[in-house]
Amino acid sequence: MQIETQTSKRTTLKLLCVVCGMFGFGFALVPLYDALCDLTGLNGKTKGQYVVDEQVDEQSETDVSSRRVKMQFLASNNADMPWVFRPVSRSLSVNPGKLNATEFFVHNPAGRTIIAQAVPSVTPFRAARYLHKTECFCFDQQKLVGGESMDMPLRFIIDKDLPEDIKTITLSYTLFDITEQISGELAVTN
Amino acid sequence: MSAVIEEHHHDDHHHGPAKGLMRWVFTTNHKDIGTLYLWFSFIMFLLGGSFALVIRAELFQPGLQIVEPEFFNQLTTMHGLVMVFGAVMPAFVGLANWLVPMMIGAPDMALPRMNNYSFWILPFAFTMLASTFFMEGGAPNFGWTFYAPLSTDQGPPSTTLFIFAVHLMGISSIMGSINVVVTILNLRAPGMTLMQMPLFVWTWLITAYLLIAVMPVLAGVVTMMLMDIHFGTAFFNAGGGGDPVLFQHVFWFFGHPEVYIMILPAFGVVSAIIPTFARKRLFGYPSMVYATSSIAFLSFIVWAHHMFTVGIPLAGELYFMYATMLIAVPTGVKVFNWVATMWGGSMTFETPMLFAIAFVVLFTIGGLSGLMLAIVPADFQYHDTYFVVAHFHYVLVPGSVFSIMAAVYYWLPKWTGNMYNETLGKTHFWLSFIGINVLFFPQHFVGLAGMPRRIPDYALQFADYNMVSTVGAFLFGFSQLLFMFIVIQTIRGGKKATDRVWEGAHGLEWTIPSPAPYHTFSTPPKDLTEAHG
Ligand SMILES: [Cu+2]
Repeated sequence: MQIETQTSKRTTLKLLCVVCGMFGFGFALVPLYDALCDLTGLNGKTKGQYVVDEQVDEQSETDVSSRRVKMQFLASNNADMPWVFRPVSRSLSVNPGKLNATEFFVHNPAGRTIIAQAVPSVTPFRAARYLHKTECFCFDQQKLVGGESMDMPLRFIIDKDLPEDIKTITLSYTLFDITEQISGELAVTN
Repeated sequence: MSAVIEEHHHDDHHHGPAKGLMRWVFTTNHKDIGTLYLWFSFIMFLLGGSFALVIRAELFQPGLQIVEPEFFNQLTTMHGLVMVFGAVMPAFVGLANWLVPMMIGAPDMALPRMNNYSFWILPFAFTMLASTFFMEGGAPNFGWTFYAPLSTDQGPPSTTLFIFAVHLMGISSIMGSINVVVTILNLRAPGMTLMQMPLFVWTWLITAYLLIAVMPVLAGVVTMMLMDIHFGTAFFNAGGGGDPVLFQHVFWFFGHPEVYIMILPAFGVVSAIIPTFARKRLFGYPSMVYATSSIAFLSFIVWAHHMFTVGIPLAGELYFMYATMLIAVPTGVKVFNWVATMWGGSMTFETPMLFAIAFVVLFTIGGLSGLMLAIVPADFQYHDTYFVVAHFHYVLVPGSVFSIMAAVYYWLPKWTGNMYNETLGKTHFWLSFIGINVLFFPQHFVGLAGMPRRIPDYALQFADYNMVSTVGAFLFGFSQLLFMFIVIQTIRGGKKATDRVWEGAHGLEWTIPSPAPYHTFSTPPKDLTEAHG
């Protein structure tokens, strides 16, 4: 017994369109989420490289405030990452508006070359968009052959508009071993 | 709106079912397919239940006695997946297949061939899922919520099969729900308005829309997992620029509506049973419809209450807290209406009514513990403890599962033409009722005291309550064999049921003979005064 009338077919087609639309919506959530995070600093991710505006920089030289913010650094390894990874200084007292520099130490004790990617996260989340990094090792992948060590640079400015109630900012890095992904990608492109 | 149906093919079997096993493989009859769904669901209920009993046996005492922790994790994962996607959801689809056409005066579901496919996908999906137990690395072990990157980076090789199984289940329920919507919108008896439909039909219409909206999102999130595992993308891998929290947002965007998918049809069942045995019309029918719709709407904008502890800005936590609490308002309207229906009615307490009343009371307990979990500061304490386990089992077992049992007792005489054994039915009810409370009530206490969920071993101070809980689990579990016995006994014979079956029953399904003939409403019913109770 077949009960497929024209109206039923039309309703079915409409519903199938909704299904396809929602499947697409699931994927659209990815860029939507990223945009929302950029806007609000929701996930504590910092932005990409910050280009210093000369004028602003000079200005900041003239009215360096006496305000001090405590900047803390954390370094941790993701699962199975064998590197030694630590900040050279655990905390700095910084002046908002001024350029600061510090370093993170890494050492590869394994007997093979490993490629690493550091992923930053800022707490409190609200502070993420006031942290401008002019140079960061997290912008690139890092490669160390077995036994090699390196000091990785980080240069940053805390925005002068940082809300008054934020006295301490914690910048934490997690180091991921991405050797396999990279070699996998190379294998695909070759 | 409702089109007049023409029967194109009057072939040899239009008077009754085909003979033999092939009847079930090729059937496009809504009653056959409903039966298949219900039996499939019951088998899955026993399978998922046996996983739960191994879990409870391990937790009978502190320490590790029966299973290895790795296997324990596989059991908790598979218990959740089998119960949600294999037992509860197919049971409601089975009820919809049996009842929706009979309740709206339609000859069958609108898309009978697709109906057959959507059922027969399920056994393949679940055979695939269950076979992962025998694979190297074992079954999925990351919990039924399969949070990435735990599932993508650390999961066993069987994760890929799990993803395909989820795809198949998704396709099955999307096809099933398209069928329900098309049937309800197009095949209602001429003259039946939407506001004349029984509440079971209403709640299923809304559930079907929820399924159509969120099952594709679930399919999307497992597809992203598949790509992360095999194609080098990094949706959820922070090392490659992805974000693990994104997984939770997408998953719970599906996950919260999913819990209403499992409870809205239950509201419909209870709204059919209580008026029958209170011998009164359902109190506040329009408000029931509006409450169901607003619950469905709210379900899309509260998902992050499952993720309060991942780190959400204060404004976000407050929003999701208040939005979640708002759901208590339409839910409260429903509970009020059920109580008001019983108020002053001349009530009798046959087995379906007992299950329905237990549903109202115990589901409300589960709803209230949900309100406690919605309070952000309290949730930081309760998160991932047994309090959460107690909460969602109260809404799913004495909630959804009791409503399914109530429905089976209530409509079984119509399906089989025989009355079930009332004494045995009541025995089954009381054993289940006592078992379920002994099983889950103590879990509130161990949860508040800090016992984490998904662990095979626990601190000594939780020993007594866990022992009680395990006793309840075995009582509840084994009483379901009695349920199976009662159903089979009723199918094989028993006191003949009248057409009306219950003195106070209203609805088109009670105007046709018992047992319901293989084909009903080939010509649409003229008299719609019976339509809703
Ligand atoms: Cu939820």
